[in-house]
Amino acid sequence: MLDKVGIAKRIAQEVKDGMYINLGIGIPTLVANYIPANLNVVLQSENGLLGIGPFPTEDKVDADFINAGKQTITMMPGSSLFSSAESFAMIRGGNIHLTILGAMEVSENGDIANWKVPGKMVKGMGGAMDLVASANHIIVAMQHCSKEGASKLLKKCTLPITGLNCVKKIVTDLAVLDVLPQGGFKLLERAPGVTVEQIKNATEGKLILEGDIPEMLI
Amino acid sequence: MINKVVANADEAVRDIPDNAVLMLGGFGLSGIPENCLAALLRKGVKGLTCISNNAGVDDFGIGLLLKTRQVKKMISSYVGENAEFERQLLTGELEVDLIPQGTLAERIRAGGAGIPAFFTPAGYGTEVAEGKEVREFHGKMYLMEHWLRADFSLVKAWKGDTTGNLIYRGTSRNFNPMMAAAGKITIAEVEELVPVGELDPNQIHTPGIYVQRIFQGKNYEKRIEQKTIR
Repeated sequence: MLDKVGIAKRIAQEVKDGMYINLGIGIPTLVANYIPANLNVVLQSENGLLGIGPFPTEDKVDADFINAGKQTITMMPGSSLFSSAESFAMIRGGNIHLTILGAMEVSENGDIANWKVPGKMVKGMGGAMDLVASANHIIVAMQHCSKEGASKLLKKCTLPITGLNCVKKIVTDLAVLDVLPQGGFKLLERAPGVTVEQIKNATEGKLILEGDIPEMLI
Repeated sequence: MINKVVANADEAVRDIPDNAVLMLGGFGLSGIPENCLAALLRKGVKGLTCISNNAGVDDFGIGLLLKTRQVKKMISSYVGENAEFERQLLTGELEVDLIPQGTLAERIRAGGAGIPAFFTPAGYGTEVAEGKEVREFHGKMYLMEHWLRADFSLVKAWKGDTTGNLIYRGTSRNFNPMMAAAGKITIAEVEELVPVGELDPNQIHTPGIYVQRIFQGKNYEKRIEQKTIR
């Protein structure tokens, strides 16, 4: 099984040279730490920055430079700054190559639910609905099951939807799966020490198995 | 050049009436109009509709106006950092309209640009789409969204000149430029107010035509929500 860092490390393997990438809050933010140093990629912060740099040192903390999670950040050489309208114009325009975000549920046709739980305080969707509606490639980082053991990879989402037919790939604590265009979770890799049987039992939606399923290399 | 300078925040907000629709710049606590918020608190106007990406925190930003019950309605994309907000929402004292962040930004931009409605894919198939016109373009589904405009827009810039040209700094730009354009009366507070001719016209983010009043703010706290270091 993978921990959060393991999920982030596995997702980092999906990053390719030359990509513009938007990372969501939580595990997706950790992905930045594991992108191979030889790749040139640009991270977008939807509050108005392309080229997120490392967190600042104490003496460089500046209230005018924050990321979408409101954390203090720095810029990279070659960074650019812009308004929120420009930021979402580049998102809607399809210029972001890869969007990585968390989810509470994903359905076998690629619907994602990650913004609202009925009965709990609704904090808002932020930029998630805009991102999932326009992204070229969406990878979801999530736990395969809830703490109570219920599958989060479902036939149909039970929670309010964030976007339809948009998730392409999922990396969980148990597995790597593609969401096929015709529907279904195609199992690609098992997490270290996890069996196909365990993944089957943890997946409520349609699971597609073809040939031997290798263990992932982290 | 037309001189738009007012003495201070109190003079700038003097005629904001009860039940006004306001836009307030900022993302989190970055780029918020601190001086104008303090002046609204002193003035005690009530029944405000506040269009702002976030709602501040309990003791800063729009959170200050929530505590004094001056806000009737919030139009935002994310409001997670405020316990008083949550309490008022659950008791029904506060109305909230949650909007996808890119749609919010574009609705404000459209308001300033004179575009009454537009189509966006964000929110299609979700509860955001309820009651909205849906149309297919090139095989993809889109929602019709309407512009947003305000009686008063309160924006914060880094530098400004006496005729209202503005330059923002870092990610504190965020919603400020679109809001400046979408307000009937736009009030700009700046960290540094300079005479006309001192700002490089090549570097202006908000042209002065959108700004009706400008003043140099003071005692900026520029609070940080999530100080994160290496």
